[in-house]
Amino acid sequence: MVRINSAVIVGYGGYVPRYRIKSEEIARIWGRDKSELPVEEKAVAGLDEDTVTMAVEAAKIAIKRAGIPPSKIGAVHVGTESKPYAVKPSGTIVAEAIGAVPSVTAADFEFACKAGTEALQFITSLVDAGRIEYGLAIGADTAQGRPGDALEFTAACGAAAFIIGRDKNEGVAEIEAWTSYVTDTPDFWRREYERYPHHTARFTGDPAYFHHIVNSVKNLLENDGYTLNDIDYAVFHQPNVRFPLVAAKLLGIDLEKTKPGLITGYIGNTYAASSLLGLVKVLDQAKPGQRILLASFGSGAGSDSYIIRVLEGIEVKRSLAPTLDKFIERKTYIDYAIYARHRKKILM
Amino acid sequence: MFRIKVPRYWRHKDFRYRLNAWKCNHCGETHFFQPLICRKCRSRDFSRVTLPESGKLLAYTVVRSPPEGFEAQSPYIIGFIELDDGTRILGQLTDCYPEELKQGMKVEATLRKIREDQEDKIIAYCYKFRPAI
Repeated sequence: MVRINSAVIVGYGGYVPRYRIKSEEIARIWGRDKSELPVEEKAVAGLDEDTVTMAVEAAKIAIKRAGIPPSKIGAVHVGTESKPYAVKPSGTIVAEAIGAVPSVTAADFEFACKAGTEALQFITSLVDAGRIEYGLAIGADTAQGRPGDALEFTAACGAAAFIIGRDKNEGVAEIEAWTSYVTDTPDFWRREYERYPHHTARFTGDPAYFHHIVNSVKNLLENDGYTLNDIDYAVFHQPNVRFPLVAAKLLGIDLEKTKPGLITGYIGNTYAASSLLGLVKVLDQAKPGQRILLASFGSGAGSDSYIIRVLEGIEVKRSLAPTLDKFIERKTYIDYAIYARHRKKILM
Repeated sequence: MFRIKVPRYWRHKDFRYRLNAWKCNHCGETHFFQPLICRKCRSRDFSRVTLPESGKLLAYTVVRSPPEGFEAQSPYIIGFIELDDGTRILGQLTDCYPEELKQGMKVEATLRKIREDQEDKIIAYCYKFRPAI
């Protein structure tokens, strides 16, 4: 049992770029069957966007809601698998851009799609231990999918940011418990200097996503004394629309508790931001006292599960910044040619 | 090729990232980058100020023949913005198409890449403006 004494979300923010490509358009290019597409459309970063710029966007929204001076933030950690630099932390650029430098620890976390919740664990621990007053955890990605590969239909772009503090009176939600479940599972990987990841289709579902999420959630519920009746919303990592619903079914969770945070059908799989953007979407609608189960999944493989209880502060702070829906609804469709330019798939 | 040299990019990051500028304590003139003397009154007395991140679009133009080194995002839009405190500033516009722009429309600052393909491979981040969300 990992008991958390005082770690609350005091500000949160989600960002999705403006551009969308429909799965049907990708299917048209590669001659695929359009009847069984994993998502309807996915978010594509602009020509001038990357993981750092999207992380800053989400962080600024979180700061607006937190209502704290950025200089009070003592840690900035960015979880991502699409760092703009191979060597040079994204965290330092984000910290500089929001005005949190120089008395701050900054670093990047990598664990495929669960890097964001990993950053959140670390920040939560620093705050809970009293080492910092506030910390900023971000999950952000401009995910890569090889042209024509199954991943290209879903690999998307987005960011989510959470400012963690100690005082429940200024919080929007309290982090009550978390746990992790990790094994060495070769379901998805990318070697250095490679542009696109490899994945083994037969590992993706049962031995990877479902095994780790189910065990992570079961351990959390059993060890910390929660039951499914305590959960009002369930948010899972969202590689496609089907997987989170199957995970809920395997765990015996009502699908109606999972659907409010399920946004991958409209924005795709935003990798390290995926489950965290689901959490943002739920916080945009949850009521004080409700409990949220959050379970990420990262290939390689592992899952972090959290129990988060919504606090009274949500009602006021929610309206201090744009909700995620503002960004989801702000969209312009692009064709595959423009998409190829945006995602640097045309090499000259 | 026009190059953003790394030392200059580093020196200017306070303004490029956060619109942190300098104001002359004698005449009130705003300087975007650290000045030695005020261009208006010759004073050497300055204070740090953070400019507002929102304003209105006064004018814009589309750059279809960019200077060497800026081709990657071409065509792009340059806007002339009046910030909420009255400061006037030039900046690229993003997340919009020219046909969506109107004189007087509200815009807000956002951090974006302006260049990244130079020899030294430094990614130059800078404020841009987009239609207010």
